[in-house]
Amino acid sequence: MSVTLGHYLTLGAVLFALSVTGIFLNRKNLIVLLMAIELMLLAVNMNFVAFSHYLGDIQGQVFVFFILTVAAAESAIGLAILVLLFRNRSSINVDELNTLKG
Amino acid sequence: MDIKSALFYVFSAVLLFAAFRVITARNPVHAALYLVLAFFQASGVWMLLKAEFLSITLVLVYVGAVMVLFLFVVMMLDINLDTIRQGFWKNFPLAATLGAVVALELAAVLLGGFRVSEPPVAAQAVGAVAAQVSNTKDLGIALYTQYLYPVEIAAVILLVAIVAAIALTLRQRKDSKFQDPSQQVRVKARDRVEIVKMDPVRSAPAPVAAEEKQA
Repeated sequence: MSVTLGHYLTLGAVLFALSVTGIFLNRKNLIVLLMAIELMLLAVNMNFVAFSHYLGDIQGQVFVFFILTVAAAESAIGLAILVLLFRNRSSINVDELNTLKG
Repeated sequence: MDIKSALFYVFSAVLLFAAFRVITARNPVHAALYLVLAFFQASGVWMLLKAEFLSITLVLVYVGAVMVLFLFVVMMLDINLDTIRQGFWKNFPLAATLGAVVALELAAVLLGGFRVSEPPVAAQAVGAVAAQVSNTKDLGIALYTQYLYPVEIAAVILLVAIVAAIALTLRQRKDSKFQDPSQQVRVKARDRVEIVKMDPVRSAPAPVAAEEKQA
């Protein structure tokens, strides 16, 4: 049985469900939360590339390119906020993020 | 089962295992390294989908830049492993339920909307197109003609990210000495040198020696 579009979409779906689980599991750990978001974007990108291949349209891959750009910017700013939080509170607990305001 | 299917299953299995370890690893450094593994496997899957450029970009950009950034940050912070694991098992039932719900929803969409056993109709057409022009060239043509403005907006987003990340983490030391360029530019000559006219406190020596030389 050759691999079809459904296989790739299932892979993306399982990856997405895993990362949703990860976001709820690691409520205290901002680093793993950011990593789970990266995994989520990877699952979405997987769907885009699979559709782009099976529908014969390059635009899906163009969209993946832009998602990669935005994800890189997002993780850079997220890590900057993480460093700021650790500097001020000496912990990376998400519940203490609201102490950064002002 | 041909070699392509076998490769797909191997890549998918390792990818899902790595993703599982990312969200359950005790040490954040291990989680980051498993995320690197996950990106490598995803890159392999994309290579199977004939998306060579994105596959290499994923390795270069994510493994080479973003994950190294993650690793540096993780190693820079002195994290207490016990406190960040608090509530892990307390959250577990909710997390497992929500994950199962998301998986079931996506499975319902997939089973309802797509025939998994249906052979890809357009795949042969894609192969024919791909034979004419490479994936990288194809993507480049689309990016730099039709998507020129979005590319420039992406560049601006990256610039904003650089500025924001530096502005957030920049910390000035209290004891550091630095120059103020605007004050340096605004300075006038009279602020630097002041000529003070004052009376001589002792009389000048008589110019005897000079006259003797002339003579």
